[in-house]
Amino acid sequence: MFRNQYDTDVTTWSPAGRLFQVEYAMEAVKQGSAAIGLRSKSHVVLACVNKANNELSSHQKKIFKVDDHIGVAIAGLTADGRVLSRYMRSECINYSFTYESPLPVGRLVVQLADKAQVCTQRSWKRPYGVGLLVAGLDESGAHLYYNCPSGNYFEYQAFAIGSRSQAAKTYLERKFETFLDSSRDDLVKHALIAIRETLQGETLKSSICTIAVVGVGEAFHTLDQETVQQMINAFEIVVEDEPPAADPGTSAGEGGAAAEGVSPPEEGAAPMEI
Amino acid sequence: MTKEHANWSPYDNNGGSCVAIAGADYCVVAADTRMSTGYNVLTRDYSKICKLADKAVLASSGFQADIKALQKHLAARHLIYQHQHNKQMSCPAVAQLLSNTLYYKRFFPYYAFNVLSGLDSEGKGCVFTYDAVGSYERVGYSAQGSGSTLIMPFLDNQLKSPSPLLLPAQDAVTPLSESEAIDLVKTVFASATERDIYTGDRLEVVVLNADGIRREYMELRKD
Repeated sequence: MFRNQYDTDVTTWSPAGRLFQVEYAMEAVKQGSAAIGLRSKSHVVLACVNKANNELSSHQKKIFKVDDHIGVAIAGLTADGRVLSRYMRSECINYSFTYESPLPVGRLVVQLADKAQVCTQRSWKRPYGVGLLVAGLDESGAHLYYNCPSGNYFEYQAFAIGSRSQAAKTYLERKFETFLDSSRDDLVKHALIAIRETLQGETLKSSICTIAVVGVGEAFHTLDQETVQQMINAFEIVVEDEPPAADPGTSAGEGGAAAEGVSPPEEGAAPMEI
Repeated sequence: MTKEHANWSPYDNNGGSCVAIAGADYCVVAADTRMSTGYNVLTRDYSKICKLADKAVLASSGFQADIKALQKHLAARHLIYQHQHNKQMSCPAVAQLLSNTLYYKRFFPYYAFNVLSGLDSEGKGCVFTYDAVGSYERVGYSAQGSGSTLIMPFLDNQLKSPSPLLLPAQDAVTPLSESEAIDLVKTVFASATERDIYTGDRLEVVVLNADGIRREYMELRKD
């Protein structure tokens, strides 16, 4: 994007009626690594790509539990995402304390959206540079929302944000009509396939993705690496480097660097992969 | 020139007694289920025992409205802790949090007489006893509430826990087995029910050990 006039302040309109700073904030979301959400009548699945910057560092946490019935996946400035997650957790705790019942997801996303809007109308603030996929369950069923830095929010059957998310969105658009009545495991499988679409050829391993589920009778939680790897193995037809993964002991390590021990011979051939 | 006194008090005493005993690898907490005000019984079926964390159980006697508020406050703080640390609070951690929470309202106290109990990080039973403003101490056993003056001397006689101030440090936990401790607690409450009008109806016993948490009930005299 070329430099524009009228983009110095968030509180300055362009003659075309645009707020460039807000649009730049949405660009930040597109730069972050992919996050995907999809839902059925009774479950919502969040998935994200967890790429560590280098082999030595651990990967960034992009999926946060907000309450037993709500979780969020972020893309963009993860620091902003952490702060917003803390806000959401606090709102859920305060609501439960006052009303002794879980905060309805729709209310939470409105509060989040209003909070984001404030930053688009104060000269001393900047918009949050993070997009949030909010997954939750309440009395009216399972919900997936997307909150933008602009303060807008939309409800989705399935959505993907972040870099190379268009590939995932194309897959989701093809399959979304089956999601409503899908089983929980099928939903997770679709999420994994959608994640694989964003990887553009790179092998899908449980060490580079994180999956979280919330559903009727199932509190929000992240699936552990072993379970995810088993699900990947179940639908991956031909994958040469999967057999060494049969020793779950080594792949149990949460740090991204631990994954190197799983399949060294193949990984050595393509050092550029990580 | 006599001072004018308030004709309304923000506090009330809902009566009842709480007891806890720490064992080598278990912890027994018991409280009666009678809730009263003045000479009247409000209900025969109110639990004074609240689980705050996997290994920490709070039993409180006193003003139940304050106690309910205190429990909710602690539960919310525990949720925040779990979000930040990705694990449950240990019993000693809850003990310190409870003390700080009580002292925070030093000048308008929670009318709550607490006994916190559970398993420490080594799996040994621990019991912490409190006053209304947060002063606390780890002990081998404790009783609080309207029947505490009847119960405590009997526990002293049966359990004879050494002072935590002694050197070399001695184990405060009782050598009794889990079932012996439960029987002791039932005996103690049956006796307290005889003479304390605010204690009775039903006894709720909660036992924490390596297998988890379990609950038992025993009928008490209803007069």
